Amino acid sequence: MSFLIDSSIMITSQILFFGFGWLFFMRQLFKDYEIRQYVVQVIFSVTFAFSCTMFELIIFEILGVLNSSSRYFHWKMNLCVILLILVFMVPFYIGYFIVSNIRLLHKQRLLFSCLLWLTFMYFFWKLGDPFPILSPKHGILSIEQLISRVGVIGVTLMALLSGFGAVNCPYTYMSYFLRNVTDTDILALERRLLQTMDMIISKKKRMAMARRTMFQKGEVHNKPSGFWGMIKSVTTSASGSENLTLIQQEVDALEELSRQLFLETADLYATKERIEYSKTFKGKYFNFLGYFFSIYCVWKIFMATINIVFDRVGKTDPVTRGIEITVNYLGIQFDVKFWSQHISFILVGIIIVTSIRGLLITLTKFFYAISSSKSSNVIVLLLAQIMSHFWINSFDLQGMYFVSSVLLIRMSMPLEYRTIITEVLGELQFNFYHRWFDVIFLVSALSSILFLYLAHKQAPEKQMAP
Amino acid sequence: MASLDRVKVLVLGDSGVGKSSLVHLLCQNQVLGNPSWTVGCSVDVRVHDYKEGTPEEKTYYIELWDVGGSVGSASSVKSTRAVFYNSVNGIIFVHDLTNKKSSQNLRRWSLEALNRDLVPTGVLVTNGDYDQEQFADNQIPLLVIGTKLDQIHETKRHEVLTRTAFLAEDFNPEEINLVIEKRYFLREGNQIPGFPDRKRFGAGTLKSLHYD
Repeated sequence: MSFLIDSSIMITSQILFFGFGWLFFMRQLFKDYEIRQYVVQVIFSVTFAFSCTMFELIIFEILGVLNSSSRYFHWKMNLCVILLILVFMVPFYIGYFIVSNIRLLHKQRLLFSCLLWLTFMYFFWKLGDPFPILSPKHGILSIEQLISRVGVIGVTLMALLSGFGAVNCPYTYMSYFLRNVTDTDILALERRLLQTMDMIISKKKRMAMARRTMFQKGEVHNKPSGFWGMIKSVTTSASGSENLTLIQQEVDALEELSRQLFLETADLYATKERIEYSKTFKGKYFNFLGYFFSIYCVWKIFMATINIVFDRVGKTDPVTRGIEITVNYLGIQFDVKFWSQHISFILVGIIIVTSIRGLLITLTKFFYAISSSKSSNVIVLLLAQIMSHFWINSFDLQGMYFVSSVLLIRMSMPLEYRTIITEVLGELQFNFYHRWFDVIFLVSALSSILFLYLAHKQAPEKQMAP
Repeated sequence: MASLDRVKVLVLGDSGVGKSSLVHLLCQNQVLGNPSWTVGCSVDVRVHDYKEGTPEEKTYYIELWDVGGSVGSASSVKSTRAVFYNSVNGIIFVHDLTNKKSSQNLRRWSLEALNRDLVPTGVLVTNGDYDQEQFADNQIPLLVIGTKLDQIHETKRHEVLTRTAFLAEDFNPEEINLVIEKRYFLREGNQIPGFPDRKRFGAGTLKSLHYD
């Protein structure tokens, strides 16, 4: 009986998430474009729904809601479905859409998309070899195999994104990094842009006029034929078409310059807006948050380095340590265990939500930047993949995070908690994932620091050049 | 070049509808082989003999300014684009016949472009909502072109064309449904069913579009 109630709760929440994903898709992502095939939207919403359900299951696990056997059943079911979609359906559809965009293979697109899918599966399988994740106990098509591979890809992606986010977030929010932009700067750049456009126009006018006179004299369509024609073409047409190629090269260079100027002007406008925004209350609030987050991010990078250098796996979470230290220092009688669990739970929830929000916003910006109606199907499917990877691995990592922190604090909780996870996931090498995450996180953070530094330095130099 | 000879025409529309291909076709009389995404603005020039064959024949350079981007761009990009909208003699709106949203977005494009040119006569812009009366005293000639007709299946063509006719009524422009042939279908030129002839007396500039 309770099983039925629990199942109905789960299914209702799944339908809710599905609807939310559908709405998000329509309102945010595809505001300006039309989706030709609804199958893409359906897949995206289904993936979103199942990912959210898994996260919901974690929360239920911690809070102890619902019957444990029904929880177990739903875990298994969700996992199966998500893996099915991720590994089988989405790559197939991506391959299908890519192939249908290439006109040459239009007739046999099903065949080619199957081929593409098989290649993908082969590489996916090969991915498992260099990593110590195979245990001989399990068969080929078991869940553990699939999860381990999905886990590797997802952890890499997540680490890359968090590395970039850890550096980008303080850079964006802190006004310390904002360059000073005045209206005169913008006007000067705009004038240069228009001047360049005028130069392009005058050159193109010359070319058009030259082409027209050549056409009228009947030269253009006169292909040199035969021996006599070749000799003629050497002497007469030299002046006409050579001139044109020279001017064409100049025009190409000028067009490149105009593109650069356009992008710089857009950049200046964006900086000006940010400066104005930082003067408002909201801006100041975000500025403060930026300082706070930057400290946290620096701490995380530091911890990642230490973990790698000293070859240890992170055991305690920062909040517990911090509270322990303060409590011991201040000597206050404080129920550390009770409060730290809740606080770390809340903090982790906030971090997850903000990083997801940041991720979705970055993805939407990225999506706008490269969008056009042709590639939109492929992009959405890629988005679905990325999102589901992200969710699955956040669940993975958070599960570990909770286990290790809860283990240290409360003796009663960890055993039941751990058994459920080990039962469902099998014996994965969790330590390996932590290490892998740290390495990729560090690499990505350092490279994004380098990248942002270069971009920041390059911009004011360009402005100073006349 | 004296300013009398200069005619500036904007080509506006969503990403990927075929503006660059259209401009290339008009100016070079060739199909664009490798269309790529336009950053900023690309200009091309067409030499045109106005009133050819009559004693008042005059040669004009028609500049086609193909502005890239979408209506949903960041406001910084929109402000940068606005620098191209000054002193425009005419606007060509391009939309994709296979993509409904692109024709709906034309209204937002017109708001963006035309509100720059309107001399402030106290016209209120009601945050993006389309108001037909705003364009009642608009002096700039408009042209709406629908592309990729060849990619629509024969049976659906009628329905698509009636839909665009309704859209066109709001603007009061002249309308052309254009086929831009992609190179893997045919290499021939284009079939244009109709063709407008417009004159504008406002600033004393005369312009007409003529396809050979």
